[in-house]
Amino acid sequence: MSVIVKLSKVTKIYLSGEVSFQALKDIDLEVKKGEFLAIIGASGSGKSTMMNIIGLLDHPTSGTYKLDGHDTSRLQENTLAEIRNSKIGFVFQSFNLLARTSAIDNVSLPLIYAGVDSAERSKKAKQALEQVGLADKFSSHPNQLSGGQQQKVAIARALVNNPEIILADEPTGNLDTRSGEEVMAIFENLHKEGKTIIMITHEEDIAHHAKRKIRMKDGEIWKQ
Amino acid sequence: METINSALTAILANKLRSFLTMLGIVIGVTSVILLISLVTGLKTYITNQIQELGANLLIVIPGRIGGARSPGGVQANRLEFKDAVNLRSKLASEAQVSAAIQRNATLKFGNKLDKGVAVFGVETTYPQVISLKLTEGRFFNQSDRKVAVIGTTVKNNLFGEGKTTGQIIDVAGIKYTVIGVLGPRGAIFGIDLDNSIYIPISSSQKQFGIDRLNTIYISANSADSVKDVQQKATNLLKKRLSEDEFTVQTQEQTLSTISQVTGVLSLALGGIAAISLIVGGIGIMNIMLVSVTERTREIGLRKAVGAKPKDIRNQFLIEAITLSGLGGIIGIILGVVISFIIGRFFTTTVPWWSVILSFGFSTLVGVIFGVAPAIRASRLDPIEALRHE
Ligand SMILES: Nc1ncnc2c1ncn2[C@@H]1O[C@H](COP(=O)(O)OP(=O)(O)OP(=O)(O)O)[C@@H](O)[C@H]1O
Ligand SMILES: [Mg+2]
Repeated sequence: MSVIVKLSKVTKIYLSGEVSFQALKDIDLEVKKGEFLAIIGASGSGKSTMMNIIGLLDHPTSGTYKLDGHDTSRLQENTLAEIRNSKIGFVFQSFNLLARTSAIDNVSLPLIYAGVDSAERSKKAKQALEQVGLADKFSSHPNQLSGGQQQKVAIARALVNNPEIILADEPTGNLDTRSGEEVMAIFENLHKEGKTIIMITHEEDIAHHAKRKIRMKDGEIWKQ
Repeated sequence: METINSALTAILANKLRSFLTMLGIVIGVTSVILLISLVTGLKTYITNQIQELGANLLIVIPGRIGGARSPGGVQANRLEFKDAVNLRSKLASEAQVSAAIQRNATLKFGNKLDKGVAVFGVETTYPQVISLKLTEGRFFNQSDRKVAVIGTTVKNNLFGEGKTTGQIIDVAGIKYTVIGVLGPRGAIFGIDLDNSIYIPISSSQKQFGIDRLNTIYISANSADSVKDVQQKATNLLKKRLSEDEFTVQTQEQTLSTISQVTGVLSLALGGIAAISLIVGGIGIMNIMLVSVTERTREIGLRKAVGAKPKDIRNQFLIEAITLSGLGGIIGIILGVVISFIIGRFFTTTVPWWSVILSFGFSTLVGVIFGVAPAIRASRLDPIEALRHE
């Protein structure tokens, strides 16, 4: 299996005024295509920081990040946006759905930036919503959906552009156990379909669904 | 298209706030449309009035137009009846001349009063010179003394539907016999031209003790000789008066003076309206900055799913333009409706260019004041934006 994510000696130093804080220390990480990886670690250990770098939302302070074999350090902002749009799907702990916007329109969002026309968008958005089991909630607004349903809409949004990697930062953090399990079932299906999934979680129960786990502590990976 | 839709969604999400924000633009555009329609209507009206007097008309007025002192202004009026007499005899073969003086007076007929009536003392040639039309009776001739020709408003006020000619009216204490009624002429600057009477200039001079003239009207016999007559009249008057004591003006010059006046008026009023548009623009900028802050997470999310900076910038720019454009449309509708209502009392004209101008200007305001918030939004860091509470 080819390596899709490769971090080499990645560090991240946050500067806030006089104080600097090293959130990532010489991280080396390889994730293969089709892997289902869980990242576990205490709060403040640098999980989200690493995820944001993998998701091309942030730059490492030093070290290299190769995505699908290509060095990402010299890419322009517009190219980064295109890659986020076509190769990466994000799922956040707090769903981040647009209020007063139907499930279909929320899911369509990445397609708008991909330049897909309106008919095609609504077709693909419906497919993605069906895939996460929300065929009956196409026109529901976020405030008419339960937390679990909202997270499923967010997963549909992450899937709609058929990305290679799904990045999920504590996707079950705001959900009860049952909804959490439903969401994990979706991730397992996606994994079976061959998607690469990288998921951050606090909970061992949730991490069990992943095929591989890494633990982070104080900005380092200490157990692969 | 998508962005316009989402802009409308965002605007409708905060209906009251959006409406209040648009209000500045609405008021600005409404006033632009109204002011232009009033000034244009005024100009059309005056132009029509003047052209009705005849293109061959020249007027002599005391003072100098365009000079240091205003016409009929501070300096003493030195235009006298003998100037009119002199002009008439020297220009006899090419023009008709009538002197005119004006006083305001109260008229009485029986127990009926008509206050603030313009009493014009004119010569017998006056109806030919400025082409007045009578609907009843006749104009006075050389042998008439205490007679009056009345306007339609005076007729209505004093006589109603009753008999007019032959009636004796009291003009500021002196009795005059009504011998004719003029056709209706309308109002100008809100002044009713029909609330006036005409009496022989000799009677008027005697009664009011005036020997200075307000105007000498000269009507050239042919359109081609207007300039020539103007030159001759000027030369004749210069023998007795200095150059800044009188002005001989053709209709063309009067029209261009009025164009200048209405032009300046439009500019001044337009400037005031433009200020209100700018104030409206600042309101839009303010609300867009608030909106960017409120929707920081949304911006972060959009960036995470692949929006480029320019996508975000366009989204907020289009929202600002939609806001101001919508305000513009509402303002135009309001302006047209109000000017239509005012049109029942004053002449108003809404020229098509004023609609385009104000719509263009309001959208431009949206662009100008929307750019800064839009650029600010487009530059937000996606992670910080997503972390925003
Ligand atoms: N913008 C920033 N400026 C300064 N320090 C930061 C910034 N972002 C994160 N940090 C610090 O970096 C460290 C790692 O943060 P990170 O968000 O990656 O932790 P995490 O492992 O995701 O924790 P959690 O489980 O609570 O989400 C923390 O100590 C945090 O305070
Ligand atoms: Mg985190």
